[in-house]
Amino acid sequence: MNFWGFSIAEARVIDYDKNDKSMATAMTHEAPASKLCIGCGGCTATCTAGNLTEFNIRKLQMLVKRGETQEVKQNLHKCMLCGKCLLVCPRGVDTRRLILSLMKFINTQNSNF
Amino acid sequence: MNLEGKRQIWKDYQKEIADDKYYYARSCIRQTFFPGSEWAYLDILGHKLGKTVLDDPKHTTCTGIGYHSDVVPVETIMTIVARHFALMTEAGFENMTPSCITSFGIYTEILHTWETHPEWEEKTRDFLWKATRREFRKPKNLAHTSDVIYKFRHEIAAQQKYNLTNVHTGQPLQVVDHIGCHYAKMFPVKGIGGAEFPAVLSGMVSAWGGESIDYPERRHCCGFGFRNYLVLANRGFSVANSKKKFESMQPYEPDFIITNCPGCAMFLDKWQYTISEMEGITYGKNGYGIPVLTYEEVAALVLGYDPWEIGLQMHQVSVEPLLEKMGIDYDPDAKYKNVRGEDMGVPACPTYLKV
Repeated sequence: MNFWGFSIAEARVIDYDKNDKSMATAMTHEAPASKLCIGCGGCTATCTAGNLTEFNIRKLQMLVKRGETQEVKQNLHKCMLCGKCLLVCPRGVDTRRLILSLMKFINTQNSNF
Repeated sequence: MNLEGKRQIWKDYQKEIADDKYYYARSCIRQTFFPGSEWAYLDILGHKLGKTVLDDPKHTTCTGIGYHSDVVPVETIMTIVARHFALMTEAGFENMTPSCITSFGIYTEILHTWETHPEWEEKTRDFLWKATRREFRKPKNLAHTSDVIYKFRHEIAAQQKYNLTNVHTGQPLQVVDHIGCHYAKMFPVKGIGGAEFPAVLSGMVSAWGGESIDYPERRHCCGFGFRNYLVLANRGFSVANSKKKFESMQPYEPDFIITNCPGCAMFLDKWQYTISEMEGITYGKNGYGIPVLTYEEVAALVLGYDPWEIGLQMHQVSVEPLLEKMGIDYDPDAKYKNVRGEDMGVPACPTYLKV
């Protein structure tokens, strides 16, 4: 406990003006079909990793678009790249390519991933 | 644009404010942290505007802080409020004017409850009779003291010695008006301008020569929230609200903040110190904070009262930059002297916030 006994709570609002959108830009450049996503969650429902862990592709792509990249970095490695999500997507989004583009971006950014 | 329609809508947002003979209900927080503020109000009404105000020593807390923190039951607070009305009735007054926004909200809420549930009024009358042998009449008019100042804002402007203009640039001072949540957010029809367009403070600001800033978080709560502040573990949420407001208003470079709620005045003033100590951030220019004044203090400055006489040295954030902008003649050495001219000692200096 600090001197005050409390600390200033962080706001939970999503600030589109301040959030870093470079990851979203890289993703749409490498995997343009990601823009077709309607967020139905079919990918997440069929995901093997999602069945065993907290991994959630629908959520990840949404977080990327919002610029909330920290959670993406923490979860991306849980994907096994099996590609089942790719088979069920009603919009034909190349989800494996999407995941690979995010991994590539994070690696080039020299993150702790 | 259909102006007639707009005028009609604006008429609906007005409220009736009594003209004279006010029963005054003091505020726990205001009289403790900004005692000069309530003194200034009584002096302005009595000596500058020639109104009759009864400052009754028998009046007590409304227990609103306890009620909103779930430690005072509704039956208790209703009986205490009924006693206040009984004191007003015994003194021969009909117009209740609480100084506190919480009290104003409490009185409004209780009167509304009695209107919709008359059995509660009967029950409360019974409780009061059993406890004190008192009876009461409900106030004919209930107005917050900021409503009263708003009503007489032009009369105050007519007697002004200073106005809300920067004497160095000739430009109107940029003012953040912060209205307490319980003023009109609970019962919009009871506030001037309702909850959407509250004009009680901005009306004063424009009448006295200033300009209100319309910043994104203008209607956001200061974060007091009673329980949110009283429980230590929740205090971080309380200060986060004020921080959100400061960050939102800072780009507009406000010259000062005016509030009508005692809790808001206290928190917006003192949280600036807390945030500066915790994170090293200050929101005014050159390491100063943004001065926070009550509407009574602003009215008093406009009328030419001495800043130290109305207790501006009680504020955490220094008001001197504002006094200099307004061109107010004040004695810096008298800041920490009492009425007898004796030195009261200088408070410890904050680490980051310049005072």
